[in-house]
Amino acid sequence: MNPPRMDQPFVIGAIETDIGRVPQVSSSLGWADHWGTIKARSGLNRMHYAVDPGLYALGNPDAGSLALVTANYKLSFDSLRSALPGRDAWILVLDTEGINVWCAAGKGTFSTAELVARIKSSKINQIVSHRKIILPQLGAPGIAAHIVKKLAGFTVHYGPIRTKDLAEYLDRGMAATPVMRLKTFTLSERAVLIPIELVQALKAALVVALVALVISGFGGQGTYVDNVVTYGIFFTIALLGGVFAGAVLTPLLLPYIPGRAFALKGLVLGLITAVVLVFFRNPDMTQWANRLEILAWLLLVPAVAAYLAMNFTGASTYTSLSGVKKEMQWALPLEITAGTAGCLLWLGSRFII
Amino acid sequence: MTRLRYLKNVTTLAFDEEKCIGCGVCMTVCPQAVFGMNGDKRVQIEDRDACMECGACALNCPTEALTVTAGVGCAAAVINSMLGGGSATGCCCSIEPDETCSGNKRPTCC
Repeated sequence: MNPPRMDQPFVIGAIETDIGRVPQVSSSLGWADHWGTIKARSGLNRMHYAVDPGLYALGNPDAGSLALVTANYKLSFDSLRSALPGRDAWILVLDTEGINVWCAAGKGTFSTAELVARIKSSKINQIVSHRKIILPQLGAPGIAAHIVKKLAGFTVHYGPIRTKDLAEYLDRGMAATPVMRLKTFTLSERAVLIPIELVQALKAALVVALVALVISGFGGQGTYVDNVVTYGIFFTIALLGGVFAGAVLTPLLLPYIPGRAFALKGLVLGLITAVVLVFFRNPDMTQWANRLEILAWLLLVPAVAAYLAMNFTGASTYTSLSGVKKEMQWALPLEITAGTAGCLLWLGSRFII
Repeated sequence: MTRLRYLKNVTTLAFDEEKCIGCGVCMTVCPQAVFGMNGDKRVQIEDRDACMECGACALNCPTEALTVTAGVGCAAAVINSMLGGGSATGCCCSIEPDETCSGNKRPTCC
């Protein structure tokens, strides 16, 4: 395993040690780091936002300095170093293939085997005089502390969940308060997850909307363009309404929407959205084509919202696999049926009646 | 604001009280405050429905008193695995066949 490269943009120098030069980093982030965070959060280059695994020096650490462990996802690395202004520490970065600590721990790359191997390959055991290593608590699903002790001789201390609590944890003599150990899912924590879910959903919605726009011109009584404007545009608006309800409103309003299952929460907001859309559509309900179209919206919009809300389980911080499987048993068939029926009804309203 | 709660009575978390030595590592690693001390000698499950099956307690328990079918509560991962693995999606998810917490085979997701 090669040591981390010195020419990574955030490396500001090198520390000379008994085992060679160790790249040095600062606790203050530069504009390139901030811009990288924005891009990663919006999903533009999330998959390749990694730092080289291995040992780094934060500030000017020595043999007695703390040893902290993180993942090689750049946001994880930046979050850790920026939480410790004015402190010196060794940072051991595990190879998690550019994935954050919690996900990598679940995935098995932030693992006991990787930690033990990285302790040995980085020669951190020759640099520090102590045998303590601090891991983020959310790395625990991938690490067996007692095995690390046995194989590498280091005692694992699980630090706080959030890096913002790390300084206080250290000042308290490596002791966490109960609040530091509790994973929250606050409004701001939910809000930062929206862009990535939304971008993903909009990609699929764009394709569907384009197809609907092209098809919509053929049905109905008017000219092609008239039909696209009357029916195709509204299809697009309704679809976007469903996406908005499931991928934006559901995450934002999560604690206030009735139900525990995410699909149910999405369904509730999707129905409300559909009713609002129908209200503004204000159709002539004496005509069968319009009745079918309205029914289509009442099925399609909630189906889209429920599906996207259900997918938000993956980004949430408190759902279990058993629970997700249980809700999917009823939700997935319902979403597929309602979505398909909605599309067919819409086509029927355009071409049959 | 009260904490968000997911579905009731679904977790696969199991606790063998006889094996517990009361070291409390499960209380340290659990991000959902599922455990508490039962006297000085043992822990107890205090908030079972808060369990999200991350597997941290079982993996760190030195006496294997805790077991759980660990996994990530991610619908996209479940769909990907139903479709036979599948490629990465919004949360780059797929679940490996072996979802148990024993050994190092673990479900994958992010």
